[in-house]
Amino acid sequence: MKNVKYLLLGALFGIILVKSEVISWFRIQEMFRLESFHMYGVIGSAVITGMLGVLLIRKFNIRTLSGDPVVIPQKVFTKGNIYGGLLFGLGWAITGACPGPLFAQVGSGFTVVIVTLLSAIAGTWVYGRVKEKLPH
Amino acid sequence: MNFLHQPWPWYVAGPLIGLIVPLLLLIGNKAFGISSSLRHICAACFPGKIPFFQYDWKKESWNLFFVGGVCLGAALTLVFFYNNQPVQLNPATIAALKASGVQEFDELMPGDIFNWSRVASPAGLVFFILGGFLVGFGTRYAGGCTSGHSIMGLSTLQWPSLVATICFMAGGFIMTNLVLPHLMKWLL
Repeated sequence: MKNVKYLLLGALFGIILVKSEVISWFRIQEMFRLESFHMYGVIGSAVITGMLGVLLIRKFNIRTLSGDPVVIPQKVFTKGNIYGGLLFGLGWAITGACPGPLFAQVGSGFTVVIVTLLSAIAGTWVYGRVKEKLPH
Repeated sequence: MNFLHQPWPWYVAGPLIGLIVPLLLLIGNKAFGISSSLRHICAACFPGKIPFFQYDWKKESWNLFFVGGVCLGAALTLVFFYNNQPVQLNPATIAALKASGVQEFDELMPGDIFNWSRVASPAGLVFFILGGFLVGFGTRYAGGCTSGHSIMGLSTLQWPSLVATICFMAGGFIMTNLVLPHLMKWLL
C-alpha cells in the first residue's frame, strides 16, 4: 500500500505530460528545429521550480513525511554522460519521447509504442551486458 | 473544467513537473528519475548472470508504480479530457515535416507513422526498434534521462547532469536536422 502514493504522483505526472503535449513527437521535432519555445519553457521552468523546492528543503531542513533527513544522491561524472547522452539524444529525436513520455504515449492510445518500450528495455539490457567493455 | 480540456501552456506544466522533485523527496526520499524503471524491469524479468542486474529491485519498486501511474494518468486524460484538436505547431515545422513525407497532423503523434501496420516495415524498424533501443541503451549509459539528469540533476546543481543534458540536446539536434529528414524521405 505504501506504493499507492507513487502511483498517484506518477498519474499526475502522466496527466501533465499529455496536457502540455510534451509527449507529442511533433513538439520534439519543433524543439530540435528551434521553431518553438514551448519545450524549452516546460523544461526550464521545471528546473527552476525544482531548484527552489530543493533550496527550501535545505534552507529550512525540512524532513520527509517519516521524519528522516532528505538525502539527495550525488551524480558521479563518467564518460557515459557524454557518449550515452548523445545516443539517447539521437533516440529522443526519433521516438519523440524520453522514457517518461514513452509510458504516457502508450497510455494515450498509441499502443504501438509498446514495441518502442520493449526495445528500450532491450537496450537497457544490452547496456548491462556490455557495460564492462564500454569507456566510462 | 474547460481548462482540463485545453492544452496547458509551458508556464503551467513546467512548474508542476518541477514540483514533483521536492514532493518525491518529501514523501519518501526518492530521487525523480524514470529511466531506472527500465533497469528494474530487466533485473526483475531477465537478470541472467549480469552483475548490473543483480540487486534487490523490489526495494526500488516505487519507481515501477510511478511509471505505471504515468501510463494510467495518460489514459485518464485520453478518456476524460481529450480535446480532439491538432497540436498548434509552428507552420514552418509542419511544412518541413510534410516535405519529409509526414501526412497526418491531427493528433499528438503522426498517425501515419505510429501505428501497428508500420511495425514490420523499415519505418517501424527505425521509429520503434532503433529509436527505442537508443533511448534504453543511451539513458542507462548516461546514468539517467531527461527527468533524472535534466530535471532532478540540474535542480540539485550537479554538473555531470549538465554535461549529460547538453549531450542529449546535441544528439537530438543532429538527428532532427541532419539525419531524420533524409531518412524520412526514404522511409515514408
